[in-house]
Amino acid sequence: MTTTKTPAPAKAPAEPPRRRSISEWWNNLSRFQQWIILLPLVALIFALPWLNPPLITTEPGYDFSIAMFDVARYCLIAIGLNVVVGQAGLLDLGYVGFFAIGAYVAALFTSPDSTLWKIPYLAAIPLAMAITMVFGVILGSPTLRLRGDYLAIVTLGFGEMVRLFADNVDALRGNRGFSNIGAPPGTRENGEPLFANFDGKPWYVLCVAVIIVILILAGNLERSRVGRAWVAIRDDEDAAELMGVPTFRFKIWAFVIGAAIGGLSGALYAGQQGFMNNQRFDVLTSVLFLAAVILGGSGNKVGVMLGAFVVAYVPLRFLSIAEWKFMIFGVALTILMIFRPQGLLGARQRLLTYGRQAYQRLVGRGEVVSSDTAMAGGKSLMNGGNGAPK
Amino acid sequence: MISSAQYLAQDSEPWINTDTFINLFWANTIGGLEYGSIYALVALGYTLVYGVLKLLNFAHSEVFIYGAYATWFTFFLLGFRPGPTPELPVGELIAYLVLAVIVAMLVSGTTALVLERVAYRPLRNRGAPRLAFLITAIGASLILQQILFLWRGSNPEQAIRLLRPETLFNVGSASVQNLTVIIVVASVLMWIVADTFVNRTRFGRGIRAVAQDPDTAMLMGVNKERIIMLTFVVGGLLAGAAAVFYMMKIPQGAQYNGGFLLGLKAFAAAVLGGIGNLRGALLGGLLLGIIENHGQALFGGEWRDVVAFVVLVLVLMFRPTGILGESLGKARV
Repeated sequence: MTTTKTPAPAKAPAEPPRRRSISEWWNNLSRFQQWIILLPLVALIFALPWLNPPLITTEPGYDFSIAMFDVARYCLIAIGLNVVVGQAGLLDLGYVGFFAIGAYVAALFTSPDSTLWKIPYLAAIPLAMAITMVFGVILGSPTLRLRGDYLAIVTLGFGEMVRLFADNVDALRGNRGFSNIGAPPGTRENGEPLFANFDGKPWYVLCVAVIIVILILAGNLERSRVGRAWVAIRDDEDAAELMGVPTFRFKIWAFVIGAAIGGLSGALYAGQQGFMNNQRFDVLTSVLFLAAVILGGSGNKVGVMLGAFVVAYVPLRFLSIAEWKFMIFGVALTILMIFRPQGLLGARQRLLTYGRQAYQRLVGRGEVVSSDTAMAGGKSLMNGGNGAPK
Repeated sequence: MISSAQYLAQDSEPWINTDTFINLFWANTIGGLEYGSIYALVALGYTLVYGVLKLLNFAHSEVFIYGAYATWFTFFLLGFRPGPTPELPVGELIAYLVLAVIVAMLVSGTTALVLERVAYRPLRNRGAPRLAFLITAIGASLILQQILFLWRGSNPEQAIRLLRPETLFNVGSASVQNLTVIIVVASVLMWIVADTFVNRTRFGRGIRAVAQDPDTAMLMGVNKERIIMLTFVVGGLLAGAAAVFYMMKIPQGAQYNGGFLLGLKAFAAAVLGGIGNLRGALLGGLLLGIIENHGQALFGGEWRDVVAFVVLVLVLMFRPTGILGESLGKARV
């Protein structure tokens, strides 16, 4: 295999040099070196609300710590939706439904307005995740057997139905909503609760910590048999089925894990807001979540967080364009699909089978960036030669 | 969510209202036909595009609502203002309504055409994957919706009525209004025209050919691009007509996001009848309208939309190809 080294340098100059080298450099570092570089970065991210940097701050218009919590919440949502859309290739337009269910579970079990028995907020979070997972199975099992487009429309309807339930079921209190939703324990020096609604800092730290845990878990899942099955399903479902991948089961898994992360972010949101009613879960929000994933680059975890940052931060930073945000993101989605369907940071088609280290040893360098994208449907229309005979 | 059953049990009213269901059976069936025929016309647009491109055109609901706005503006520009229904001679009334239908059809048809040219065609030329089409559809839908929102605001346009509802005759215990007759008859006529167009004309043969096998159709000399444009335009025209009927039924219906739920239901109707199947769209639309109305009588008005959605999920679970099957591509005489 050492002889293959000779043609390699001949090919190298022809390939695009700049952006590639960063990811290649990164992938060539050992795990340990990566962590060394990441740690200060993570510390910086944690410190952001305290630093309140002049140009980045949203301050005159919007409290910066709460804005940062919103950004972190969108990042978490984008990571969850990325499991469904980016990794398994299932278009979920009702993600806001899972988000709402998580928020409502947290509200129902911690707010004094609800008649249910009360549990501590920190116990309500896993409960919220468990209940959204159940809803994920309920919604997924009839629809995931069908073609992808049906899934889109059914999830769209599901998102709308959750909202209708919130409007109309008396126990969910419609517009009156739930106030005094619980928060994690802890007090400040002056005796006030640490996790207060008006201060986003503790919530931000909690949310970033959750994101890191979820990123590690999702990363491990991605590199496991499950992740390989998702990539196979995303790229060509029929071929995956033929190769013996139980596609339905893995699609359900992607759906359910995505739902759980949605529920988790909903529960965090309910806690931070302290008040929850039926006004926050319309379909447009769902489309905004999807825009975050697609803009950033579905299938790429860093990419979707970048997308979430853009989607959540830009309207808060530039309040004058906030009214235009759906228009802007709609235009951005449409244009992006034409010119850069893989998103700002496209996903690489990783050779996951061998694992990272083994692959590097085999090839002698970093991973190869494939021209295929996360969204490649396998049989793209290219080979059909459409439009060629004119 | 967990205690919802308890809460419902505490209510003094039973939560299944069989009395209303029985008493209003005919009234609801007739009302259902009225809604159903509007669903059917919109569903035809979904079905045609799906049959030809295998694309779920999310933006079709916006094509529809542009028709609704066109109707409102036609009435407005004709000098009608929100308020009491004017007394009009029959001839004049018919002329105005026909004019509104023509304008709405043109606006919706143009919207659909522009949508196809600007959003979908570049994707086809680049051989984009299917997910890209779906996302573009969502993005385009968002853009079209936001144009209305930024222009007209979030409130619906105030109701302008031209037609005074009058009872024409009775069926069972229910009275049938002139409005109902006009909507149902006109919709069915529209459907017959569309069905004849697809099944009997040269262009229709082209549509069916492309739906069946695009590559072979092109080899046989069918201009695929033109057929796709035609399909979008036909769907848009029908949606425009549906929008006029909708505005006659619900005069305050012109709202920037008003197309969303109706589009969802029309798609449910198309799936119910068998997507890609023109007869299925009619049957599915009428059935869904009737089921929805009876569901509303049984469970209460606030569950109306939930009923429609549950119908969609049940159909997908037990008969994903719909009642009549998917068949735009199947060759007929």
